[in-house]
Amino acid sequence: MELNSKIPPGPIAQKWSWAKSHYKLVNPANKRKYDVIVVGAGLAGAAEAASMAELGYNVKCFVYHDSPRRAHSIAAQGGINAAKNYQNDGDSVFRLFYDTIKGGDYRAREANVHRLAELSVNIIDQAVAQGVPFAREYGGQLENRSFGGVQVSRTFYARGQTGQQLLLGAFQALERQIALGRVTMFNRHEMLELVVVDGQAKGIVTRSLINGRIETHAADAVVLATGGYSNVFYLSTNAKASNATAIWRAHRRGALFANPCYTQIHPTCIPQTGDFQSKLTLMSESLRNDGRIWVPKTKGDTRSPASIPESERDYYLERKYPSFGNLAPRDIASRAAKEVCDEGRGIGPSGRGVFLDFADAIKRLGRKTIEERYGNLFEMYHDITAEDPYETPMRIYPAPHYTMGGLWVDYNLMSNLPGLYVTGEANFSDHGANRLGASALMQGLADGYFITPVTIGDYLATQFGKKVSKDAPEFKQAEQDVQARVDKLLSAKGSRSVDSYHRELGHIMWEKCGMARTAEGLKEARQQIRDLREMYWRDVKVLGSGEEPNQALEKAGRVADFFELAELMCIDALQRNESCGGHFRVEYQTPDGEALRDDANYAYVAAWEWKGEGADPVLHKEPLVYEDVQLATRSYK
Amino acid sequence: MNLTLHVWRQASRDAEGRFVSYKAEGISPDASFLEMLDVVNEGLNDKGEQQIHFEHDCREGICGSCGMMINGVAHGPIGATATCQLHMRHFKDGDEVWIEPWRSRSFPVIKDLIVDRSPLDKIIQAGGYVSVNTGSAVEANTLPIPKPVQEEAMDAAECIQCGACVAQCPNGAAQLFTAAKISHLGLLPQGQPERYSRVVSMVETMDELFGSCTLFRECEAVCPKGISVDFIARMNRDYLVAKVKQG
Repeated sequence: MELNSKIPPGPIAQKWSWAKSHYKLVNPANKRKYDVIVVGAGLAGAAEAASMAELGYNVKCFVYHDSPRRAHSIAAQGGINAAKNYQNDGDSVFRLFYDTIKGGDYRAREANVHRLAELSVNIIDQAVAQGVPFAREYGGQLENRSFGGVQVSRTFYARGQTGQQLLLGAFQALERQIALGRVTMFNRHEMLELVVVDGQAKGIVTRSLINGRIETHAADAVVLATGGYSNVFYLSTNAKASNATAIWRAHRRGALFANPCYTQIHPTCIPQTGDFQSKLTLMSESLRNDGRIWVPKTKGDTRSPASIPESERDYYLERKYPSFGNLAPRDIASRAAKEVCDEGRGIGPSGRGVFLDFADAIKRLGRKTIEERYGNLFEMYHDITAEDPYETPMRIYPAPHYTMGGLWVDYNLMSNLPGLYVTGEANFSDHGANRLGASALMQGLADGYFITPVTIGDYLATQFGKKVSKDAPEFKQAEQDVQARVDKLLSAKGSRSVDSYHRELGHIMWEKCGMARTAEGLKEARQQIRDLREMYWRDVKVLGSGEEPNQALEKAGRVADFFELAELMCIDALQRNESCGGHFRVEYQTPDGEALRDDANYAYVAAWEWKGEGADPVLHKEPLVYEDVQLATRSYK
Repeated sequence: MNLTLHVWRQASRDAEGRFVSYKAEGISPDASFLEMLDVVNEGLNDKGEQQIHFEHDCREGICGSCGMMINGVAHGPIGATATCQLHMRHFKDGDEVWIEPWRSRSFPVIKDLIVDRSPLDKIIQAGGYVSVNTGSAVEANTLPIPKPVQEEAMDAAECIQCGACVAQCPNGAAQLFTAAKISHLGLLPQGQPERYSRVVSMVETMDELFGSCTLFRECEAVCPKGISVDFIARMNRDYLVAKVKQG
């Protein structure tokens, strides 16, 4: 299979304009004759459902929540990047592009990233026009702060609720289109299968979470905006329901899965406290603007942080990376935290934690300023831990947060299956092997507002008069497959809960495919996952029926897909004999413990093709060609 | 800690509901209220009894999915806190806890503690937006917004649409929810062109779907984001002006 990334010709800064001037167009009067399915209504999904409806397409939007506003984009805290250069500190579109490529450890596609940087400025304009209340200076102008891996201030924010406010902007645009009758909204519907007819994506199968009814929906194109798969680790910062089922079902129907092993472990999360723990809570990276990270210099120092004198503290990020300090990129900051904890210098009851200390910032800026900047985060921390971060340093530890991998897409964000578009965290395209902070919101909205509404026309224009009916045998078959799976999960009637299996899977993944990976560990993990999956299908205990609201059944299907994805993550991590970004293979590191890339052999996108249950997937490579950025060893020292 | 729970169980919208008592045993004070329910559910599953259904997702107090009446109070005893952010350290060993779904005629029960809150989306559809199509925005810094105005708009915009205000209100009114959105947009310059048409449309939709406000202020007391009833006064003022303008 040849992967055609369809990168437009010409200099990088003109590729997007070139593409826009050459896409086929759908005449405005004909747009209403096309049906587009959008699955998911986070930043990417809500933005594209609304924008495509504004253009005149007939949109059907599906979410498993009770309202599109619940998507997990809502929980993004810190901010959104844009190359506005309002701070006059030397920012530019090229610099944002360069920072993102470098932050991703040179494993992202140049042309996509440059387009993202170009569109970043339009996103801010659009959001402000919608009434997103970004932070302002006293003169009324927009305010910025800094994020990791960057030496300019280009992050726009709305307190610690930037994701919420941006999502509400997109949600409100979507609700407006629903009211106008241009979007049909299907709440509490979960997509469980993609329908492919003659090699093209032509519909989906959904299950109602109220009465279990399984339905098919036909369309001229399908967009998946269904988020990432960090919940494969069980404990992550993702919402409880976040899952990979939509993209995994599409993968099983032929869509290639790219770079599944690129996962982001976020450095600043509240450490785990017990086995009852159901999720991990992120403390925004923006806190690293003012908080200083440290551990005691000596092992097993259990004194209270206040009684450890300055001379006995190790501000290890400032020590190791003097020019970026506490704002080192996420992968580097996470690994450094793991390292000091492995040395026995971790803090807190479990020894898996480091301090994030605001004492200096409070002294320098006053409590009021810190309150204004991070008030809600400090409150959340206080609620969860019963410790007051104004008085004592926060305790933090890395946790799974974001997945850079996802379905393979070309420059137009279309997968290898014609008619299937994949956007936001669900695709693989923009963040390489590590995502910089405040870039996920940017990507979701760029994909949703500005890219797919334009690129989808290029495909739809070729589909005029080629509607596929729901009576096609492919629809019936997909519907039967969904029913069979539901029946199988319900009929196992085994001994263990879905959650107990999920927890065990998460443990394997965290230990062997988490922050540090070895060939040996990955091979073991693969076998353990297979054994556990086999047991799962025999022994899982799902009570109740398929014709009522049944949360255990919903989860059972998602965990079943996580098993298969987990195995693919291990396979991918095993074939990539190098370290890059969030993928750290212990065998491949520099003498001072930094990731050691192998550009000669691994500067490619690994796109995997499904070959059936139990069969080995097939690897397809898309070479990464760098014309505008020179491949270099990433240094933040 | 050990607690006794009395949980509302109801198989479906039309089924009879009733309280069922359960023991929650060996609960860590560091667990959240929902994690305590997870532990109870794990035990129910082992015994072959279907789990207690409740809505939840982000468990960070921002998605607005969770919410239940805990001893008669929406989101429980700690102010300005969503259920998922309520921790067991606020309860005592041996406590009895009564857990019910949101009680409101506008929110029919779907199952156990899950209710249908879709009428809130209907209010947003009636005008809770700025009508601006993608691509037609002007440069973001063209229009300066005074910091205090932006801050006040943000105070209103923080609403998570959980429905606690409606559930706690003796009248089942949605004034606080509606006023928060009307104020968020009505305070900002971007919201001015539709300010008065918006307030009329949203208030009238709200009146069709929910009860009337008689200023109990219970909504403010339970709002997980601490949204102020002053926004209701602002909404009423705008509504009056809009009606006068309409003539």
